[in-house]
Amino acid sequence: MSASNLHGLVAYYADVDSLLAAVRRVREAGYQRFDAHSPFPVHGIDPVMGIRPTVLPWLVLGAGLTGCAGALLMQWWTNGHDYAFLISGKPLFGLPAAIPVTFELIILLSAFMTFFGMLALNTLPLLSNPLLRTAGFGRVTADRFAISIEAADACFESHATRELLAGTGALSVEACESDESSAVVPKWIKQLTMIGAAIALIPPALIAMERYGTRTTPRIHVITDMDFQSKAKAQSASLLFEDGRAMRRPVEGTLAVGEWIEDEYRATGKVAGQLGTGFPYEIDRAVMERGRQRFDIYCGVCHGLDGLGRGPIAVRAESLEESAWVPPTNLHDERLLTVPEGHLFEVITNGVRNMPAYAAQLSVDDRWAVVAYLRALQRSRNASIEDVPTDQQRNFK
Amino acid sequence: MVITAATEPKRAHVAAPVVDVLSDDPTQRPPLMTGENDFTSITDDVCGIAEREATPRAWYIAFAASVTGMTVMFAMLGYLIFNGVGVWGNNQPVAWGWPIVNFVFWVGIGHAGTLISAILFLFRQGWRTSINRFAEAMTIFAVCCAGIFPAVHIGRVWMAYYLFPIPNQMEMWPNFRSPLLWDVFAVSAYALTSLMFWYMGMIPDLATLRDRAKGKVRQIAYGIASMGWTGSARQWHRYEKAYLLLAGLATPLVLSVHSVVSFDFAVSQVPGWHTTIFPPYFVAGAIFSGFAMVVTLMIPARQFFGLKHLVTMKHLEIMCKIILATGMMVGYAYAIEFFIAWYGGNPYERFAFINRAMGPYAWAYWTMATCNVLVPQLFWFKKLRTNLWVMMGVCILVNVGMWFERFVITVISLSRDFLPSSWDYFKPTAVDVLTFAGSFGLFFTLFLLFCRYLPMVAMAEVKTVLPQAHAGHGLHAEEPAR
Repeated sequence: MSASNLHGLVAYYADVDSLLAAVRRVREAGYQRFDAHSPFPVHGIDPVMGIRPTVLPWLVLGAGLTGCAGALLMQWWTNGHDYAFLISGKPLFGLPAAIPVTFELIILLSAFMTFFGMLALNTLPLLSNPLLRTAGFGRVTADRFAISIEAADACFESHATRELLAGTGALSVEACESDESSAVVPKWIKQLTMIGAAIALIPPALIAMERYGTRTTPRIHVITDMDFQSKAKAQSASLLFEDGRAMRRPVEGTLAVGEWIEDEYRATGKVAGQLGTGFPYEIDRAVMERGRQRFDIYCGVCHGLDGLGRGPIAVRAESLEESAWVPPTNLHDERLLTVPEGHLFEVITNGVRNMPAYAAQLSVDDRWAVVAYLRALQRSRNASIEDVPTDQQRNFK
Repeated sequence: MVITAATEPKRAHVAAPVVDVLSDDPTQRPPLMTGENDFTSITDDVCGIAEREATPRAWYIAFAASVTGMTVMFAMLGYLIFNGVGVWGNNQPVAWGWPIVNFVFWVGIGHAGTLISAILFLFRQGWRTSINRFAEAMTIFAVCCAGIFPAVHIGRVWMAYYLFPIPNQMEMWPNFRSPLLWDVFAVSAYALTSLMFWYMGMIPDLATLRDRAKGKVRQIAYGIASMGWTGSARQWHRYEKAYLLLAGLATPLVLSVHSVVSFDFAVSQVPGWHTTIFPPYFVAGAIFSGFAMVVTLMIPARQFFGLKHLVTMKHLEIMCKIILATGMMVGYAYAIEFFIAWYGGNPYERFAFINRAMGPYAWAYWTMATCNVLVPQLFWFKKLRTNLWVMMGVCILVNVGMWFERFVITVISLSRDFLPSSWDYFKPTAVDVLTFAGSFGLFFTLFLLFCRYLPMVAMAEVKTVLPQAHAGHGLHAEEPAR
């Protein structure tokens, strides 16, 4: 044993009184780097040893104030500023509602500071400590009292210090050796740490691969959140029904409420299977206005508001020179002037060539209104001055 | 050996080795422990439990039963997560069924530990040192059980992080004006603070176990857990300051936690919940049930682990007195709720309370009232509150009663809510029952592990209340320690 690796000396005592007496002697001898060890806090030892009050309460006060400010700021910023969140007309930030969380965070941050601050000030965790390897020191946490003097102390002199400690009524004095080799972390711990660190990298690497990589199969769907349900969706296949459709068709002959019209001509434009002539109900100004409005919405886009077949869609289709485009009919065509009204109704209802059926958009009576307006439109291109009411004739040349 | 002014003998020397700890003589304060105790015997008695070579057979039997219960609970939770909350009896109008009842029940039990460690510490109640570690451990385990229920009650458990203000891709934040969010903060803060309090108190005792440990595994485990504690006066100085600060912080915390839990109810408008008495009423109930649980666990533990001289009949008797006092506070709250329902003149409130006592759930109400108000009255008699069997019976009934209190508040109020057409009678499912029963398995599993491997009594603190711990007593150190 060389003096260079002597960490210090430890003296053991049987009770509180001899410890206090010894501490007093050691301090009077001018030692600074010494400490007293006991299985429980010995009251009254602080002034004897000259321990100054710890700074811990001030740190805790700081943590508490941080918790208070942080909690208020967080609640104001999240609910009142960043994402203004209006709940039943309550103010976006109200102090009374913010108090519980603020209170809890004051306590929580203060408690963290108390616990971790105490450990930090005591330089804990400190797993390699020469004192803990000293044979007799084990009883200090059970039923012995001890004084340790570090060799680094200015007053330390191996023999004289031992004499001093022995003279304080110590049960025994023991040398505390500092063994640098045991402070070295064992090889197996280093290896395990490296292997553990390598394994710990795998999950983030997998996540990064999933997130930023590309793949041909769907990504792993860990939590489905009701994304996949066994219900039948529109247009999907079903194994349950004979026709293989998930969507069911209404029973043959079913009519929706309000669709049943007793008058055959009014409903279909035909009488006994033959296209009929005339209107199934009286046409007045209101019907005509309705017809014009529906015509402008649904017919005008192709046929043009004037019915000449030059609506915006037709013009655009021609400019694109689409080969499959069938130009809309000019509604003032000679043929259409003479067809029965039932024909016009039937074409609107079921469509013809490229023109789709408008039964879904226009109700039965609206279709008749459009037919009536169309007739008026045709008339406007083939009218004489006699067709204008006499009181308005002077407005025309 | 004349040393300092601090060596004045502070305590009369009590000569008789066996003392009547139940003495009511006001002129003499009886000692806190019976028999002959010194630093060595206390260390041996407490560490001996954790150091036993052979684990007793009874421990294995109890542990097997607890682990079975815990397994049942986790199986039920797995079933719940795979199938959704429909496996519970929760439905309209009782959307808060057993899970919330169980949460409040366990959180309430978790109040005694911190009360004993913090409030009684501030009041310098020396008797707490024998039982505080035990009660704190119970607190931690009860809070573990409590935390499970609201976590699974949210439905999509994997979204539980939404409870906390974590920045997310939707840029949304929780609603800080909701009592449910206050609850998240209160219970989390309480769980963490209690854990730190418990662990910090245990560091010196873990160091004792470290220094006595024989096997390599134990040496390393206790060595890491005790963080290199050397019991130095400088460490003790900061440690004691930290302990005092934590006690000061935990005292308002313990009162706030159950107050905030009660806000979950009181801030709503359901008749029977919308009451200003809830915070103090809940806190009193929590202390009541927590102490009952401590006694329920303490009686068998001190018997089984040979701690009768450290946890004396006096300790149990004091706890029984606290149970009697808090039981009467709870009884007062029950009475005043009815008085206010009548005096407040609100017909809906009045109906809610008539329905509570005379409606379809009258059986639950009267079970609660009997167990919580009538049964503890037995503790007025010293003969009864120092009889272990009576104590045990009363404390178990108190816990039954306190579970029913939460059931009465939660379920009865909801089952008759605003829309009479949705009124319904709540029925739990087997999953409800097994999950709750299994949570006791989790509680006892943790508790048995604690009893087996950790210091059950705060040795360092108990040593400070021995006469030998005080300066001046060393004059008698050569005598055999009493």
